[in-house]
Amino acid sequence: MIMIIIMIWRGFRKIFSINHLYLCSQILNNERMNLSDIGSHLKKFRVGIAGAGGLGSNCAALLARSGVGTLVIVDYDSVEKSNLSRQFYFSGQEGMMKTEALKENLVRLRPEIDVIIHSLLLDRKNISRIFSDCDVIVEALDSSEMKEMFIETVQSALKGIPLIAGSGIAGWGNNEILKSRKIDETLYVCGDETSEVTDDLPPLAPRVAIVAGLQANTVVDLLMKMK
Amino acid sequence: MPGMKILLNNREEEFKADSMTVSSMLEIRKYTFRMRIVKINGELIPRGKYRSTVIHDGDNVQMLYLMSGG
Repeated sequence: MIMIIIMIWRGFRKIFSINHLYLCSQILNNERMNLSDIGSHLKKFRVGIAGAGGLGSNCAALLARSGVGTLVIVDYDSVEKSNLSRQFYFSGQEGMMKTEALKENLVRLRPEIDVIIHSLLLDRKNISRIFSDCDVIVEALDSSEMKEMFIETVQSALKGIPLIAGSGIAGWGNNEILKSRKIDETLYVCGDETSEVTDDLPPLAPRVAIVAGLQANTVVDLLMKMK
Repeated sequence: MPGMKILLNNREEEFKADSMTVSSMLEIRKYTFRMRIVKINGELIPRGKYRSTVIHDGDNVQMLYLMSGG
């Protein structure tokens, strides 16, 4: 008799454990969608990515694999050998525009993806024209000045479009301070918000990939909630 | 007792002044990183308006630092 009570109690605890409740809520939110349902949902959306360096190129690859229909990618730079240490490019692509090389790689991942590229330097004037049709925008620029200019412009000229910023990716280790933070319905930030890339503290592939993954995961989460 | 309470990055913080501009809050708190985003009650405050924008008692202030690297 006591054994039966203990077994029921354990089962009860398992059902109501936090993990389980979380998964239940995910299943409810996703209306029990399988991978193919999720793919056909994500296919409807367009995501803008500002910058095709460590954050942007890896984030683009994750979104392409997840099934996002259209990516709008902007970068003015070309691929250098040193980029291969952390960015989604391959040997042999050196010298190509990052936008062109990334499009080539994304189409190899998923031939049906639509990749719209702009090889230019973003400024206060062209941002709203380029990203106005996007459902979500990812900020993956390199310099903090450009990040500030971009976020200010998107948040004033494209009000309502959720923006996922990246801040703090330098170095290695320190897993526990990498995080994703919701500022409000239209602004999220991923990274440690403290580490600045310098010559002595370069960005290494694992931390860059984690933050790119946090950004992509936030994008997918937002798109899954959109009709 | 004069002063004000604001919500700064979701934490209640007290200031001695009754009101202050964004610039003075940054000075009082000695926030040093150069590049940042400031939002008050969900509204973006561009850098050019730090000196003219007043923070009031009860405001919800969100601030995020932008570190180089992408």
